[in-house]
This record gives sequence, structure tokens and C-alpha cells, in this order.
Amino acid sequence: MFAYLVKRVFQAIAVMFVISLIGFAIQDNLGDPLRELVGQSVSEEVRQELRDELGLNDSFLTQYLRFAGNALQGDLGTSYFFKEPALDVILKKLPATMELVLGATIIIIGLSIPVGVYTAIYPNTILSRVVMGVSIIGISIPVFLTAILMIFVFSVEYGWFPSYGRGEIVHVFGPWETNFATVDGWMHILLPSVALASIMLPLFVRLIRAEMMEVLQSEYVKYAKAKGIRPWRIYFVHALKNTLLPVITVGGVQIGTMVAYTILTETVFQWPGMGFMFLEAVNRVDTPLIVAYLIVVGFIFVVTNTIVDLIYGLVNPTVNLARMGA
Amino acid sequence: MSLLSVRDLSVKFAMRDNTVTALNQISFDLAKGERLGIVGESGAGKSITGFALMNLLSRPGFIDSGKIMFLGDDIVQMPEAKMRNIRGNKMAMIFQDPMVTLNPVLTIGQQMVETLMAHRKLSKAEAEQIAIVKLREVYIPSPEDRLEQYPHELSGGMRQRIVIAIALLLDPQLIIADEPTTALDVTIQADIMELLLELCQSNKVGLILITHDLGVVSQMTERTLVMYAGRIIEAGRTREIINDPQHPYTQGLINALPQQTKPGQRLKQIPGSMPSLTAIPKGCPFSPRCEFVKDRCHTEAPETVQYANVEVACHEVNRLHTDKAEEIKA
Repeated sequence: MFAYLVKRVFQAIAVMFVISLIGFAIQDNLGDPLRELVGQSVSEEVRQELRDELGLNDSFLTQYLRFAGNALQGDLGTSYFFKEPALDVILKKLPATMELVLGATIIIIGLSIPVGVYTAIYPNTILSRVVMGVSIIGISIPVFLTAILMIFVFSVEYGWFPSYGRGEIVHVFGPWETNFATVDGWMHILLPSVALASIMLPLFVRLIRAEMMEVLQSEYVKYAKAKGIRPWRIYFVHALKNTLLPVITVGGVQIGTMVAYTILTETVFQWPGMGFMFLEAVNRVDTPLIVAYLIVVGFIFVVTNTIVDLIYGLVNPTVNLARMGA
Repeated sequence: MSLLSVRDLSVKFAMRDNTVTALNQISFDLAKGERLGIVGESGAGKSITGFALMNLLSRPGFIDSGKIMFLGDDIVQMPEAKMRNIRGNKMAMIFQDPMVTLNPVLTIGQQMVETLMAHRKLSKAEAEQIAIVKLREVYIPSPEDRLEQYPHELSGGMRQRIVIAIALLLDPQLIIADEPTTALDVTIQADIMELLLELCQSNKVGLILITHDLGVVSQMTERTLVMYAGRIIEAGRTREIINDPQHPYTQGLINALPQQTKPGQRLKQIPGSMPSLTAIPKGCPFSPRCEFVKDRCHTEAPETVQYANVEVACHEVNRLHTDKAEEIKA
């Protein structure tokens, strides 16, 4: 188990190395930092001097090593716009995004398992057919469109939910302020969470349904029936556990992908998270912030996937983590 | 009273625009503790018979007509809840491939305990005690440790022993074993069969052994049904059927055994192959492959008749015999 963990950590480090290379390449090539720093009134000689001073004339390797060294110490550069360390800016925005992802994940897990199982057990009922039809529509409509439609219907037409912002939030600790402590907070997070879940939910319903239908055809399900086991136990103990094994793997990747989808959702709902911040940073050509965002999101991706692989190993008895470490 | 009495059982499969008949009015009886073999080629309807007895046919298959009287009740008419109480309890089944019958994510203990607890009011600890006793009966070493193990940690032969132990958990009246050794290594096939025979005899359990191996049938069973294209074409005491088969198909099967052929000679085989269920020939289903075929075999389905100690469904059964007698004379 420990050996496997170490192995996975090394893999994660390798991935982070590649991400840092990409991040650095962007920083190195996206515009001239001097223009952002000094404007137009400074002469070319002074610019050259500044370039030397900032180390912009050093070799690629020297510059990269400096970048990586700083990054390891938590210094991902200073945002041009906020005049603050880029990492601090992102960490302030991170909780809002994470709460949004959490809200969407709860919706996805809470709905996809019962709905997926139901449509697998009763594939021919009218309800199942409706669910499958709606899920195709859900997958096909882009997130920003769903979000705008929801604002139009639930905020503008009916006025049930607020259309933008986080509403009343409660400070927990550090930069973390939560939506889940007040009714107003819940009202604000509901629409964005549903919008964010709108693509992944149908995907998971279909995935769980397909896996479950296959498992229900398996010999061990027939055998469980031949042993006189009750249907609910066959569905939820024999079949569901086998169904969820591949779903866990896909799920891990999708949670990472969802962080990326927050860019769209947050922009539509003016949600003060890091996705919204990223789009603003792109508009302002705030290179250090763009690069820092890339690296932080990459880091989240790598961490979730590593955790998911470990969970998979714990859930699936045929995976021997101890042996896989060797 | 017989344990099991099947009368005119027909199973059909609903296809897109018609139904095909998989079992055509089969009838047979099984006494308490009796061991019956069902033999035939692939597609003869052997496994379907087994699943029909359990009322576990999966769609699109269904029981069309007939009766399955088990311990005095008709399984065909039985409500699902009552039937569930019979499955695994009074009537247990052993599947073909032990590598896929046990659930890979549940421990052996969980899979044994759940079976016991589905039918009896027991605590988990009591159920585990029974499980250990049964594992010992099938010669599983250190059964206490096995309860904690997952199927993939055990060999195929070991898993099939566990499946047999699960079948015996609730002291059933009848075990249906559907080719229980086909998926196993040749070296352990005999061990498993011997174990099954021993346990059925000592516990006085009825056995229906579905197989295509006539050798196994002759060692294991007292009576035999020979099936062809969803029909029982010959039935009787196993010894009679092996030594003096009456139906040309059964004769063909026995002549095809390697033991019947001298070394260096080609194995005798029955020409042609089993018809598909969608294209069963008119009259006698075996007629296109039969060497004794007459005109009426193509039009008229043969009745089952008692002949020379067996029941056989063949128009030409008399002729066959006289031919044979003449052969022997000459």
C-alpha cells in the first residue's frame, strides 16, 4: 500500500513537471512583460537594462529553473492587476469554486445512482424512456446555454432564485467563506450547481445505466437469483458495487474536468470563483495569474486522480495495492 | 411420492415477430434422492430445462405451458415470493463456470451467509458456523480463513467446491448441476464429480446432472434423459440407455465415444448438426441426420413408446431392432 502510494506520488510529480513546463512556456511567450510593467515612455536602453535585471535575457534553462524553484516555494509570480502574489489571489477565489464543484458533485452523485439504477432495472418504462431522452438533451446543450436558460426561467420569469453572486456567505477560516451556512447562500448556489451538473449528470446516468445493465446480465447475478436472494439485495449489493467500480475511475477524471467547466458557469452567474477570475485575467493579459491558474488546476486534477485511484484500490478487492507498488 | 414431476413442459422464446419453441412438451419424474442425467448436444435444451425448473428463465424465454410439480406444488403457477423461498433452499443450482458464478466483490463468507439468512432466521455468527461445517464437508482446508477471502484468491476447483457447499447449505431436496465441470481442469473434473456423487448419496439429495458427457452420466446417475432439439427422445435407466440404446441419435452418441473406436480408427460421428430452434424440421426433428429415415419421419412427429426397457420417440424403433437382430444372426 505504502509502496503504491509512493509510486503514485512520483507519477503525480512527473505530471506536475510537464504542467509547469507548459505554464512556463506560456509565460515566456505570451506578450512582453516589459510592456505591462513600464508602458511606452521608457527608452530602449532602459528596457534592456530592466530585461537584464529581471533575468529575461538568461537562457531558457536558467529561467525555467528559477520559475520552477519559485513555484516550489509557493511563488507563482505576482499578478499585474491585483499587485499581489498570484497564488494568494487564486487561493482567495478557490473556496467559491470548490463549493460550486461540491454542490454539483452532490447533485450528480445523489441523482445519477438512483436514476441510473432505476433505468437499468426497468429499461422499458415510460419514465426510463423520458429520462434517457432528457439525458441526451442534457449532454447536447452547452453549459453556458443551460445556465442562461435557467437564469431566464427561474430568476427573470419566476424570480425564485437570485441570478448572480454568492449572496450571504459565512466566514469559516482563512480564505474559506461558505455558502452552505445560510438560506440565502443555498439559494445562490443552487442554480450554478445545477447548471454545472447539467452535463455530467446525464453522462453519469447513462454510464451507470449501461454498466448496471451489463452487470445484471452476468452469471453471478443469475446465481444470486438462484440462491433465492431478494431483488433489492441483488441490485444494491451484488450489482451496484460491480457497477460503480468503472464509474469511480471515470468520476475522478470528470471532477477534474468540472473544475474547468466552472469557467463558463462562473462567468454566466458572476460567481466570484477562480474560473471567473481566470477569464478576467485573460482579458487583462495578466500572464502570471493565467499561469498560476493553470498550475493550480493541474494540481487539483493530479491530486483528485491520485485519490480516486487509491479509493478504487480499496473498493475493488481484486486490485492488490501492495503488489502494485512492487 | 415423487420429488419432481414435470408434465408437458413447453418453453418458448419470444422473438421480434414470432415465438420459437425451445422445449417441446417434455415430461419426466424424479423420485426423492434419485439422480437423473440429461444429455444431448449443445442447443438441445438441457440448460433451459434446468433454468425452467428454477423458474429462472431470462427474457425472452418463458414457460408457455405445462406443469412442474415440486414437493406437491406447481412451480409454473407459483408466486415469485414463494418461488424465491424454494430457490437455494429446497432446490439449489450449481452453475457451469465457477470463475464467473461467484460475485468478485463479495467475500466467500458474505455469499454463504446471505444465502442462509435469506431463508432462515439466523444470526450472522450462527450462519458462519453452518458455512464452516459445509465448507469442511466439501474438503476445503482451513474453512474459517476462506470466509474472509474473495473468489479471485481461490482456484477454479476450490471455487466449484464452494459453489457445491453453497448448494448444500440449506439441505436441499434437489440439486440441479448444469455442466458443473465443463469449465474446470481435466485433472480436477473427476474429483468434483466424485464429491458431488458422494454428497448426494450421503445427504439423500436428488440430482439433475446436465452434461454432454455420457461417461459422467453412466457413473453418476440412475436414470437418463436424452434430449434433441427441445424434445426428450429417449429416457430410461442409465444402464439400459448406455448398453442398449434404442433411438438412432442415442446410438450415434454412444458410437461416437472414443472408447467405442479402435486406436488408429476415425471416430464415428453423427452426420450434420443440431437444427437451429428457428428451423426445426417437420415430423421427427432428427430425420435429416438419421440413417434409418422413412417417408413418414418427415411428416409425422413420433410418439414416445415403451420399447425394450426404455421410452423412446422413434417411428422406426421396431425395424431398427429387427435389423440389428438380423445383423447379429448373419
